[in-house]
Amino acid sequence: MIESLPSTKQQPKGPEANNEVTAKVKSFELKKNDKYYAWLFLGPSILLLTVFVFFPMLRTLYLSLFLTDTFGNPTVFIGLKNYTTLLKSASYIASLKATGTYVISVSVFTIIFGLLLAALANQKLRGISFFRNIFTATMGVSVSVSAVFWLFMFNPSLGILNKVVVAFGFHPINWLTTPGWAMTAVIATTVWMHLGFTFLLFFGALQAVPKSLYDAASVSGATSRYQFWHITLPMISPTMFFVAVITLISGFKSFGLIDLMTGGGPTNATNLLVYRVYKDAFMNGNYAQASTEAIILTIIIAIITFVQFKLLAKRVNY
Amino acid sequence: MGIELKGITKTYDHSEKPVLSEVNAEVQDGELFVIVGPSGCGKSTLLRMVAGIIPISDGILKINGQVMNNVPPKDRNLSMVFQSYALYPFLSVADNVAFGLKARKMAAAEITQRVDDALKMVNLTKYRDRKPRELSGGQRQRVALARAIASDSKICLMDEPLSNLDAQLRVRMRSEIRELQRKLGLTLIYVTHDQTEAMTMADHVMVLHDQHVQQIDSPLGIYNHPANHFVAQFFGTPQINLLTATTSGNGTATQLIIDEYLQVSLDNPIAAGTYTVGIRPNQLGMKQVAANSGNATVINVEALGDQTIIEAVMDNDVEVRIVKDGQVHVELDQRVAVTALGPAFVFDDHEALIAEQGGVENDRIVAVN
Repeated sequence: MIESLPSTKQQPKGPEANNEVTAKVKSFELKKNDKYYAWLFLGPSILLLTVFVFFPMLRTLYLSLFLTDTFGNPTVFIGLKNYTTLLKSASYIASLKATGTYVISVSVFTIIFGLLLAALANQKLRGISFFRNIFTATMGVSVSVSAVFWLFMFNPSLGILNKVVVAFGFHPINWLTTPGWAMTAVIATTVWMHLGFTFLLFFGALQAVPKSLYDAASVSGATSRYQFWHITLPMISPTMFFVAVITLISGFKSFGLIDLMTGGGPTNATNLLVYRVYKDAFMNGNYAQASTEAIILTIIIAIITFVQFKLLAKRVNY
Repeated sequence: MGIELKGITKTYDHSEKPVLSEVNAEVQDGELFVIVGPSGCGKSTLLRMVAGIIPISDGILKINGQVMNNVPPKDRNLSMVFQSYALYPFLSVADNVAFGLKARKMAAAEITQRVDDALKMVNLTKYRDRKPRELSGGQRQRVALARAIASDSKICLMDEPLSNLDAQLRVRMRSEIRELQRKLGLTLIYVTHDQTEAMTMADHVMVLHDQHVQQIDSPLGIYNHPANHFVAQFFGTPQINLLTATTSGNGTATQLIIDEYLQVSLDNPIAAGTYTVGIRPNQLGMKQVAANSGNATVINVEALGDQTIIEAVMDNDVEVRIVKDGQVHVELDQRVAVTALGPAFVFDDHEALIAEQGGVENDRIVAVN
């Protein structure tokens, strides 16, 4: 397959790589200088990562073990008490469930629709190249822009969706102020936003399946449905795995859309974990609790990614 | 019964010019039928139409007496081997062979039996659990062969199956395929651009060029009686020499004159005029002569050990190739007298064969045009 999974490690940048090569070639003469060069080249990224990633991470971990004042300074060490309180809180459990629903729906529907569009665009039909371009269009739309125009569409009195609903003889729906519908609306918008990129990945994967495989299969007696399940799906499974991983992770990190569309409401129905961290820290001033939530979220993402790799990697590699 | 092609024509939607026109042929039961031609002549297209992968624009395709034009590929009961092998990279060797059988929902025991037999036949039993990427090119093509064997269909189509292999392996696989075809009694249609494969493997050869069938005959029939320029040039290495000749005198004549030294006497008289004469390189004689005589100058000598290929330029600026057995010592720029020894072919100005001289007996010629 053409796509490779993104490495989780930091890739060496150009200069470092060159330095490595040089070091190997002239390992004897340059041994002393090597150390300085290594630090010189690694320095900037280590500095940036320390200031913006490592330190905040450790600080968050540290804060999650304390009570904090309204400025985010630790006051009393309470160990894991923050964690136990949180995991007993009904509203946090509700957030966990909402996040689960959101993340799973988003990645399932993104895969289904992305694959559907890609399969459609892969057909030899008249004018299909126009649609290929249209399908990728969401890649060029920013979160805020798409949130705004989906807000227009979801608008109870002016939005096009309710006009359709009314035209079919139903009562207009308060999309973003009814708990169940708000979640649906947010999921739909997210799926729509992911669709362009997912389509592109699936389309590329479909195009990369050699035509002769289908020829061979149809001669040897396979129907087109059999070919789809036994050739197409296994051939694009690495791409599917990749899409599953990135949509799941990006689902856990969805923030802008929630902020713009529902603000976590109504009655916390779309108060996803990330959004909750933000609210607790910067609106409620409860830094200790927010830190705890952040740590739990990180652990959840790490576990899920690990499990995904363990479970799926076996089946998708060929 | 075999396979019958009647006026098969292929035209693609976007163009009016057919890529194949009026192909007529009969493939006998149990024979190895080679379709040969330069790239782009439509030979793969023809094979794909027989397989049912692409639709036939016009004409009738019969397999075992039944019209197959609109029968989907899976119901034509044939197997196919591709140049790219077309193996499923995510399946093991055994599963690749079993793919079609599983698709046809055959009983598991029967599948295992057939897969085992097929793998045994191509000597791949110990590789059954490997993935295709862990095999060499030759082994991969064997898996494709095993897949064709396991399908148990009596008709097999092969589309340049050896083109991706190196020269030595190609020679070996050539005889393996031939042996397999005989052993299983397969009716095999084999597409290639390689005239050596056509010559060495075929019972019958179809030469395709320019959207048309040029000739269908046995390999030696084609070599000995090429229907036209193209066929004469396509078969035989080095290429046949094509020279311009005129008859002596008016009316009918039996003597064709190329120049003072190089002349061909015909068995039967032909009308007076100018013709193209084809003489194979090993049927040209060459004598070294003094500087101011002869009819050609040597420009290149290739010594292969068991034979020597001499290139010479005739006084009318036409280059000829002469093959001599053994090792011949000729200097460059040596003047030589080139003469005709054995059989020669006479082509008219439509490039079609109209007369032959000497040598091989005229058994069967199918010329189209």
